[in-house]
Amino acid sequence: MRALGAAFQRDLALMWSGGGALAPIGFFLGATMLVPLAMGPERTLLASAGPPLVWIAAALAVLATLERLFQADLEDGSLDQMLISRAPLELLVLAKGAALWCAIGLPLALAAGPAAIALQAPLERVPVIIVSLALGTAAFVGAGLAGAAVTAGVKRGGVLIALIVLPFFAPPIIFGAAVAGGKDVTAALMILGGCALAAAALGPIAAAAALRLQAE
Amino acid sequence: MNARRPFQDKPTIRVEGLTLVRGGRRLFAPISFAAGPGEYVELLGANGSGKTSLLRAIAGFLHPRAGSAHIERCEEPSLALHYVGHANGLKGQASVRAHLKYWAGLFGGAPSEDFVVKALNLARVLDAPCRTLSQGQARRLALARLIIAPRPVWLLDEPASALDYQGRAVVGELVEGHRAQGGLVLAAVHEPLGPKPSQTLRLAA
Repeated sequence: MRALGAAFQRDLALMWSGGGALAPIGFFLGATMLVPLAMGPERTLLASAGPPLVWIAAALAVLATLERLFQADLEDGSLDQMLISRAPLELLVLAKGAALWCAIGLPLALAAGPAAIALQAPLERVPVIIVSLALGTAAFVGAGLAGAAVTAGVKRGGVLIALIVLPFFAPPIIFGAAVAGGKDVTAALMILGGCALAAAALGPIAAAAALRLQAE
Repeated sequence: MNARRPFQDKPTIRVEGLTLVRGGRRLFAPISFAAGPGEYVELLGANGSGKTSLLRAIAGFLHPRAGSAHIERCEEPSLALHYVGHANGLKGQASVRAHLKYWAGLFGGAPSEDFVVKALNLARVLDAPCRTLSQGQARRLALARLIIAPRPVWLLDEPASALDYQGRAVVGELVEGHRAQGGLVLAAVHEPLGPKPSQTLRLAA
């Protein structure tokens, strides 16, 4: 347990010292602010089609943080130390995912509040959008761990990560868009919770298997 | 060195008919050897002869094409070894102190920061981010892992690289101290570290 706590603390500290959530949130807000400009001034159109677009922006913002996630550990030898530590690699990867979610996923979910309002979402729907994105970013991070691990040895692997990971982003986006559009909110939230749990359970296992191969 | 307890284990490295392949090329003729507690084994060989790969195979990172490499007679396999490779395992943004704390958590260590810092002469840079360290200081910090948490087997890949005269002496003392406690050290070196090796392995194709 102590090893996991140490790994979580260190990863969180490294993510904060690297600028933390500032860049992803800036990207997220910037992308959502472009939507009204592209859609034109018609409010009814924006109100019906706008809110689900926070999900696209959030998915891309998480995607942008994945490239260096394990690549740095592979290059500087930290991965070797993780492999011989007393904690299983799967759990150390889970700790890193948890740190990424706290550093990036949660702030993104909170930033989705103002973004959704700007996209003409009704005020009473904003809290569920925040909750749904908190679950959704957890699912993104879980799938992202596996994608980042598979491409850790590839220079400029950002595009490759996107190709691998984006199909796994589809389910949370489908149900997240339902929440943001105000349809079947309870059912969609439960499915999002399921996506988050599945990604948190399977992502680290897949990522650890890929990292063991990368260490060769 | 009194902060460390002697090992309950009688660590043994057993390598049998080991063949390693990198990039389709066989690195060295099949090699077999065994080393037990209290031994210091020096691993010699030209650049590219496979010293690092042999160490990584024993650590379990690299899978052999044929033969086997094992660490035996350690009660807790996950607490068997330290590996200090070419890459020091440091993060540029994090401070020396943050690394010591992280490793203590990761490997389950206890010795006081004071002792680690004094032994490796890192007191002046304790709060500095690692990107500001010199090569030698970064190497010293990587070697701090050996002191932070006790492990019966040490796999060292050119441990003295980038170290000054005093640093080499410290590495020599660490190795001697580890042997005296029944530990096992396998080090790939280009120049002798100082302590008299109990075995010398020479890798050749």
